[in-house]
Amino acid sequence: MLEDPDEPVAGGGLLHRRALLVGGAAAMGGLITGVRAVAGGRSPTSMLTPGAPLSPFGEGAPSAGGLQRIVPDLPFPGTGSSRTPLEALKGTITPNGLHFERHHNGVPAIDPATHALLIHGLVRQPLLFRYEDLLRYRRDTRILFIECSGNSGMIGAAQPVQASAGQLNGLLSCSEWSGVRLSTLLDEAGIAPGVRWIQAEGADAAGMTRSIPLSIAQDGAMIALFQNGRPIEPAQGFPMRLLLPGIEGNASVKWLRRLKLMAAPAFSREETSKYTDLRADGKAEMFSLRMGVKSIILAPSFGLDLRGAGYHEISGLAWSGRGRVRKVEVSADGGMSWAEAALESPVLPKALTRFRMRWRWSGAPATLMSRATDETGAVQPRREAWLAKIAGRQGYHGNAIQSWGVDPFGKISHVYA
Amino acid sequence: MHKRLPAAGAILACGAALLAYVGLAPSTSEVRLGRPAPPEVIRRIDITVAGDGSGLPPGAGSVAEGKAIFQQKCSACHGPAGSGGVADRLTGGIGTLATPKPIKTVASYWPYAPSLFDYIRRAMPLTAPQSLKDDEVYALIAYLLSVDGIVAADARLDARRLAQIRMPNRAGFVSLEDKDFDGNLDHP
Repeated sequence: MLEDPDEPVAGGGLLHRRALLVGGAAAMGGLITGVRAVAGGRSPTSMLTPGAPLSPFGEGAPSAGGLQRIVPDLPFPGTGSSRTPLEALKGTITPNGLHFERHHNGVPAIDPATHALLIHGLVRQPLLFRYEDLLRYRRDTRILFIECSGNSGMIGAAQPVQASAGQLNGLLSCSEWSGVRLSTLLDEAGIAPGVRWIQAEGADAAGMTRSIPLSIAQDGAMIALFQNGRPIEPAQGFPMRLLLPGIEGNASVKWLRRLKLMAAPAFSREETSKYTDLRADGKAEMFSLRMGVKSIILAPSFGLDLRGAGYHEISGLAWSGRGRVRKVEVSADGGMSWAEAALESPVLPKALTRFRMRWRWSGAPATLMSRATDETGAVQPRREAWLAKIAGRQGYHGNAIQSWGVDPFGKISHVYA
Repeated sequence: MHKRLPAAGAILACGAALLAYVGLAPSTSEVRLGRPAPPEVIRRIDITVAGDGSGLPPGAGSVAEGKAIFQQKCSACHGPAGSGGVADRLTGGIGTLATPKPIKTVASYWPYAPSLFDYIRRAMPLTAPQSLKDDEVYALIAYLLSVDGIVAADARLDARRLAQIRMPNRAGFVSLEDKDFDGNLDHP
């Protein structure tokens, strides 16, 4: 009935690749300490006191370059967001220390030796997984973007906010994430009939919780342990975070400690009163989890003015929560005419894609725009269409086309066109 | 090396009853290092209270008790009576959602009252999460909801009464489940 998981493929103990290591006696020995680790109080201390505040850079930041995250003044320094300086970066990968932050009560300090992930609820066998357990599982590695659904919300302002591309759109980062496929652990616990949702909970002082549809949890989701080859940053959820490809960032719960399999959503605060999209008609869309297709121009952009007429390269990033970017079109005349930009390889699903366009600027005023189309055929909407849907000029999932104005001196400003 | 396969053993032991469960295909031959979680551990760390009130603990609290606690532990950030502070506005705003200036508060926007218990207990006050006793959480909810008349000024809430409250915006939400959780305007 069972295939031999330890099928040898050569001498000396080499096994078939499907049977990637297992811990025999060591794993059994860890059983007791793993349970003890969570058998103290109701919650670990990381959930009882606010964590560390947002910071300009994490441990992996290239300090020599002087690059920092954009950190605002906040009434509660651990509650809010810092942004990736997108216009200062090349390629598509965000250095770990420059990955944007969004915390709801600071960055907890978690000892991986005592942290455990509980999978329970409607399962055959509730299970605890320690960090060191998860390190021994077969590892999935994917390049994926994470975008906060509140990103680019400033484009709803009545007047264009004069700010850098990172300040406007920097709740966006992209990394090579490596970890354990979520479905592997769910299968190990055994998904009961009737399960439709999974509530994920973090071990931070916000006790962050989100309900995730089972269909999304089984669509390439992982428990991420590594970020660009290093253990994930404390600000990104060390020792482990949920990572849901193409889904709004908040649902990829950091400092993950509990997954509860349920028939219905929990309807927690974040998924009812916060990350819901209030429309102009007064109704709000709930569980608007998928990130739409989007692109932004980073060069030139606010703060990166042109130094005279002549040849320039227009460059930026495009992405979609549904899959690959199919094409990016660029306009230099405010949307009257468009031309297709070159896409830099590799063009990966649910990852950032770099686009480039050659441009000879005459020195006359110009309005630059970019418009992405994803592999499902979805096209970035115009700002007016997005504004017409959302309530009160504030909203999540702001993926409308953005515009930079170029004046005769080459100065770049944020404009609505 | 001996391979540990507890799930496979369980399948053999329990037989057909377990075929109802999905995801147990034995051919995956994956590493299985999950450790059985004892019920007492789950009970201790499962702090979920769902929108329907499941998971609510015993206890109770009144509007009057809640008002005193609010003034002592909450109003510095949330303002007197839950508005006018540096932190989220909690009261007022009912009827504003479809206007040009919607005001989203507990009273005007939240669809489920039991979610308040879940959130306040796990996350408030910001400086000392999980420090409130269950009775205090019930009392705070009673007070907050009394400000807008959602419960009476002499109300006392417990698990049963909290689950029975119908919030003003209960019908104000649209599910995107039939759209694959995709609310964006950019559909092809």
